[in-house]
Amino acid sequence: MNRLLAVLLLGICSLHSFGQDDLMSLLNESEESGDEVVSATFKSTRLINGHTIETRPQGVLEFVISHRFAPVNTGVDGFWGLDGANIRLGLEYGLIDKLNVGIGRSSFNQVVDLFGKYKLLAQSSSVPITTTLFASIARRTDNFFENQVGEIYEGYHRFAYTYQALIARKMNNDLSLQLSPTLVHRNYVQTLDEPNDLIVVGIGGRYKITNRVTLNAEYWPTINQESDRYHDAFAIGVDLETGGHVFQLHFTNAQQINEKGFLGETTSDFLDGGIHFGFNVSRVFNVAVKQ
Amino acid sequence: MTKAFFAIIFIGFYSNLQAQKFVADSSYVRFFSEAPIENIEATNVKGASVFDSGDGRIVFSIPIKNFTFDKSLMQEHFNENYLESDKYPKASFSGKIDNWSKTSGSSKATASGEMTIHGVTKEVSVEGDLVFTEDMVSISATFPIEVANYKIKIPKAVFYNIAEIVEVTVYFEYKPNE
Repeated sequence: MNRLLAVLLLGICSLHSFGQDDLMSLLNESEESGDEVVSATFKSTRLINGHTIETRPQGVLEFVISHRFAPVNTGVDGFWGLDGANIRLGLEYGLIDKLNVGIGRSSFNQVVDLFGKYKLLAQSSSVPITTTLFASIARRTDNFFENQVGEIYEGYHRFAYTYQALIARKMNNDLSLQLSPTLVHRNYVQTLDEPNDLIVVGIGGRYKITNRVTLNAEYWPTINQESDRYHDAFAIGVDLETGGHVFQLHFTNAQQINEKGFLGETTSDFLDGGIHFGFNVSRVFNVAVKQ
Repeated sequence: MTKAFFAIIFIGFYSNLQAQKFVADSSYVRFFSEAPIENIEATNVKGASVFDSGDGRIVFSIPIKNFTFDKSLMQEHFNENYLESDKYPKASFSGKIDNWSKTSGSSKATASGEMTIHGVTKEVSVEGDLVFTEDMVSISATFPIEVANYKIKIPKAVFYNIAEIVEVTVYFEYKPNE
């Protein structure tokens, strides 16, 4: 009888204490542990000159204003490059979260470009990288071809196409890296040194200095273009984020802003003072709120 | 006879203890901040909670990344800049609910305990409603949170102003733990 009582009391006590400690583990049990998709690998859809893996979500319209000034080494006569600017105005839209389309026009050679961008793979707890496919078509609309003496050009000579597989990984909260294998097909090139199919393997990354400021760098070495006129594009800059705006300020040797331009036709040499100050300013608008 | 008596007591105690713990099977957390340019609102249905009807203890945990905003850029900024959800993935509460009864159905109850947001733990006391039935418990409360208390920094130069006090609504519906 006493033994039974003791057993019962012990049983009740142990159950009770088990109950006390169990609250937290019960909570942990009931928490969902889903596959978490990594967000904000980069602050902007551009690293500096090149696109990042980021796509704008469905219904978001982004207006991007980009400037690349003349080289800093023009000195006081050219107001350190600020007298001359190549400007690109662009509009980009999220058709769906993973698919963006955009249009832009650059003042340099009066190039109009159209692009599509598709996020194929998103980094998550189970997927190590994000992969975005990018394709653009650029058309020169200036009268360069009309003014060539003794040569007859067709309409297709005005076009160039860029294809990229953008592969990035957010290594940690601060550091994100991107590898950007690229093919640029140019219907028209000026010399035999310039291949119609240009291969570039871009590398770049960002490091977060504070929550709203990042340091960015990118380098676009060409693989099969041995030209005295052209240099590989390099850029270093910062992203400053303030709510709906991202300000990107940078120094680069590339004055052209569209892909085929900065990848294959960068004429300044960064190490020889051919450094252009530039900026991208973007503003997003929520055109259609997702239901 | 005595054996049977104790056995009944034991079963009584046992089942009582078993029924003490309630696990939330649906949750809703919302925060709302009225600001001059645009209101900021987000909801989260991924919260987890356990309530012990034996001693009134309650714990909950809210995964920050599951707050959804209408504007995804706002959601990104919320995670990246304000709540720093990579560093502090959860907001949680651990405390006790007083002033309620199992018999009166609905009670105006008080929850007091420790709230942890953005890695900062504060003692809080919140008034809310508790509805108790044999197979369902629900808890709801609306209360203000002063963001500065949780070291959430609001920079001066942001384009949408963010209020320093946000209104938080929580609702949990519990089923007995099997």
